[in-house]
Amino acid sequence: MAGEKKGLQLLDLWVSPFGQRCRIALAEKGLPYEYLEQDLGNKSELLLRSNPVHKKIPVLLHDGRPVCESLIIVQYIDEAFPGNAPALLPADPYARAQARFWADYVDKKLYDCGTRLWKLKGEAQQQARKEMLDILRTLDAALGDAKFFGGEAFGFADVALAPFTAWFLTYERHGEFSVEKECPRLAAWAKRCGERESVAKTLSSPEKVYEFVGVLKKRFGIE
Amino acid sequence: MAGKEDLKLLGLVVSPFAIRVRMALGIKGVSYEYVEEDMFNKSDLLLASNPVHKKVPVLIHNGKPVCESLVIVQYVDELFAGPPILPADPYERATARFWAAFVDDKLTPAWIGILKAETEDERAEKATETLAVIRQVEEALANTLADGRAFFGGDSIGYLDVVLGSCLFWFDALRRMRGVEIIDSGRTPLLAAWAERFRENAEAKGVVPGADEAVQYANKLAAAAAAK
Repeated sequence: MAGEKKGLQLLDLWVSPFGQRCRIALAEKGLPYEYLEQDLGNKSELLLRSNPVHKKIPVLLHDGRPVCESLIIVQYIDEAFPGNAPALLPADPYARAQARFWADYVDKKLYDCGTRLWKLKGEAQQQARKEMLDILRTLDAALGDAKFFGGEAFGFADVALAPFTAWFLTYERHGEFSVEKECPRLAAWAKRCGERESVAKTLSSPEKVYEFVGVLKKRFGIE
Repeated sequence: MAGKEDLKLLGLVVSPFAIRVRMALGIKGVSYEYVEEDMFNKSDLLLASNPVHKKVPVLIHNGKPVCESLVIVQYVDELFAGPPILPADPYERATARFWAAFVDDKLTPAWIGILKAETEDERAEKATETLAVIRQVEEALANTLADGRAFFGGDSIGYLDVVLGSCLFWFDALRRMRGVEIIDSGRTPLLAAWAERFRENAEAKGVVPGADEAVQYANKLAAAAAAK
């Protein structure tokens, strides 16, 4: 039956930071998979069947069985392939809790605020700008002087946030601020992430993201 | 092993999120100090322990805070021996996490929306939304309970049972306050039966309050909002 292929398949959209989390995790683990670009304007049978609840990407299919929601997919990849280093979640339960907390923070705050920042104008946009700076500064403080959110090792919280570094340029241009200036530690962290092969090969270029948002804005009739 | 750990839980009697953590600690048989927070007058400890969200629950373990109910429940599960809360199999874990996220991202905002609605229209809209969402949970439950298990977690309560079960008393409160039946044996027979079993569960009985307390709290919130 179609869809019960052996191995890993990822239903995804090239620019999606959520999908990119999964691609980064798979690359970190050295796991081969089939990448299936989805047309969200004309959703495939496979996507609708694999994620009937949300009808969204990313979806990871493992021997035909779907796993949905990017952070759940990343944890699944970590847990289903324990033999593949590196472990994305650390061994210590407290460190794991911290990693999950920050990944959850990124999920709750960043994308939504970013969307409001480029979609809205006037007072509402100013509010979004204020919130965005607050979010980035909070992340900067949480990182502190550590190499990664996971400490010495690139881990779960880093995977959760890394794709959004490609969106910093878009946020900067719409919010008229500089991540480098406002959050130097976060900016340095973004550079370090970008030096990892898994991240470098996965992320869209910031200019491409900005261009993509430009297309979305036209579609929504925003200047 | 449930030795003397320094555990303090900052919570709220009527918070489903805090109740989840209490249930998790109960499942593991771990003792802890419970601190009831006044959300209208948050303690210094709460603000210091959860500066990012300033919310309950917060579990403070040997002085170190853990925040966000799902994060805390998984922390408790991983730290303490005893009955497992999340299943062992990675795919089953992903499924449990998926539905827990669904409850928190879709169901909870919807039923809270019924409570917060300021007009009849808004209330009706939120009620419709909640009923649509609960139907999706009912369908998922059908698949899970197909093997005759009592709970999402199997013979005993697990992660998703705790996550969804902690909201049930609020559904009772909403029935009383707004006349909305979120779970009923007619439309959602599987969930209704599961809810009965959940309510009878020892762990739940210990920490889930009655609908009365929820109603009282909702009235308190409404009064505070009106006073602004």
